[in-house]
Amino acid sequence: MGSLSINNVSLIFEGRKTDTVVALKNLSLDIPDKQFAVIVGPSGCGKSSLLDLIAGLRDTSGGHCRIDGTTIHRPGADRGMVFQSYSLFPWLTVKRNIAFGPSINGVGKEERDRRTAHYVNAVGLAGFEDAYPTQLSGGMRQRVAIARALANDPQVLLMDEPFGALDSQTRSIMQQLLLDIWEQEHKTVLFVTHDIDEALFLGDVVYVMSARPGRIMDTISVDLDRPRDYDVITSPEFIGLKRRIMTSLHGEVEKTMAIT
Amino acid sequence: MTTRNAVDRLLTPKKPIPAFLEIGSGTGFAIGILVVWCILTYGGIIDPNFLPAPGAVFEAFVKVASNGSLLKHTKVSLTEIYAGFFLSSVIAIPVGIFMGSFRIVAATIEPVVNFMRYLPVTSMIPLLILWIGIGIEEKISVIFLGTFFQQIVLAADVSSRVPDDILNVSYTLGANRRQIVTRVLIPATLPGVMDTLRVTMGWAWTFLVVAELVASNSGLGYMILQAMRGLHPDRIFVGIFVIGFLGLATDMVFKWLTRALLPWAVIR
Repeated sequence: MGSLSINNVSLIFEGRKTDTVVALKNLSLDIPDKQFAVIVGPSGCGKSSLLDLIAGLRDTSGGHCRIDGTTIHRPGADRGMVFQSYSLFPWLTVKRNIAFGPSINGVGKEERDRRTAHYVNAVGLAGFEDAYPTQLSGGMRQRVAIARALANDPQVLLMDEPFGALDSQTRSIMQQLLLDIWEQEHKTVLFVTHDIDEALFLGDVVYVMSARPGRIMDTISVDLDRPRDYDVITSPEFIGLKRRIMTSLHGEVEKTMAIT
Repeated sequence: MTTRNAVDRLLTPKKPIPAFLEIGSGTGFAIGILVVWCILTYGGIIDPNFLPAPGAVFEAFVKVASNGSLLKHTKVSLTEIYAGFFLSSVIAIPVGIFMGSFRIVAATIEPVVNFMRYLPVTSMIPLLILWIGIGIEEKISVIFLGTFFQQIVLAADVSSRVPDDILNVSYTLGANRRQIVTRVLIPATLPGVMDTLRVTMGWAWTFLVVAELVASNSGLGYMILQAMRGLHPDRIFVGIFVIGFLGLATDMVFKWLTRALLPWAVIR
């Protein structure tokens, strides 16, 4: 129950001191339930803004975003989000961070504890339930952020370059972890990244976004077997898909360089 | 070689130093000042009418402590300060937090708050006497006014520094506006608020003498003023030291309170 429909969406930032920026222009996208969708695009193309619109953190300047047919007007627990900056609550332990969503949504103590324990284990942080975020490494914090979003049982999981701030080894581990969890639950995921390898490794479908104003240039069905092993990134099929994306993106990245 | 390393450690920014050095250098510095004081007074370099000797100050201290007057003055001053500070804090901190979070509040009250913030409290005393009289309420209002507007602005600063992402993620977890304020904004601002309280408590003390300037008959500020009029510099110093140490003690209580209530803010 987590299909997304983005219809002819535009987003314009009116600047008071800066020029007006058209972030998105007539962008349309349909993401069916249970799909792991990835949007890949150059920096500044508007992909994070698109996530903000779907999350309901921003209003569109034109067009609508819909979840299961209902127009999105404001944020809600049906669309959980993981940010690049972790955004954990520093005053709460790992356990309490994860239980935050359920607790503000009236979930009973037993169920809360059950979910917390389940996700602490799912992200591999058993033993760290009573640690505070300041005591954790970046990778561990992001794991808590993911657990926190999932414990709230959203219909859709929005992920805004969640592994961008991590080193490449940690990033690979986190990608694998995310897929492991996803294989169990198959929630609809909309994952935004600028990393082509990451996009192809994770996604069922990769949507390639153009430079600003952002629109979808290419839709690539990633027909690699699941569950995915990290070796797949050196397979010929993977490299073929990667080449296709790189060709599309190369021109766009140059456009971005010219603007910024 | 080891001396070079030790000096290096001391001169590297943010590098921790051994505990004995932390306590030792602070104590040493204070003792050093005491030694200089002794030399200046017992060595006859400065006239005792300007700078009384440590011994004279101590004698004066014993005198006012034993005849009960020091305790009386201290109690009065503590009442004025804590009442004024408490009253100011319970209003200013929430107002400040709302001012930092809601643009409409900031737009409405900020100009007036900033205007009031720069006014010397002394200039408002005649008005206060006219409106409130010369009782302890007037002293409390002086301390209140001295800290109130500063606290609003500092609290607003703390509130506006709460990262947007923390608030945004709470919305995506389904928090309604009330929960955002009670379950996210307030806990997020607590360490900053504690710091604000600790700093402004220090300022509250500095208004004590000003508060007790007019028509007092008790209090540490009054005691200092009487000593000044009667040309008893030793008693002035007693007042200064008592105020200083009470302030220091209050500061330590705040630090301890922060560590006890907000363990997560002090973990390294």
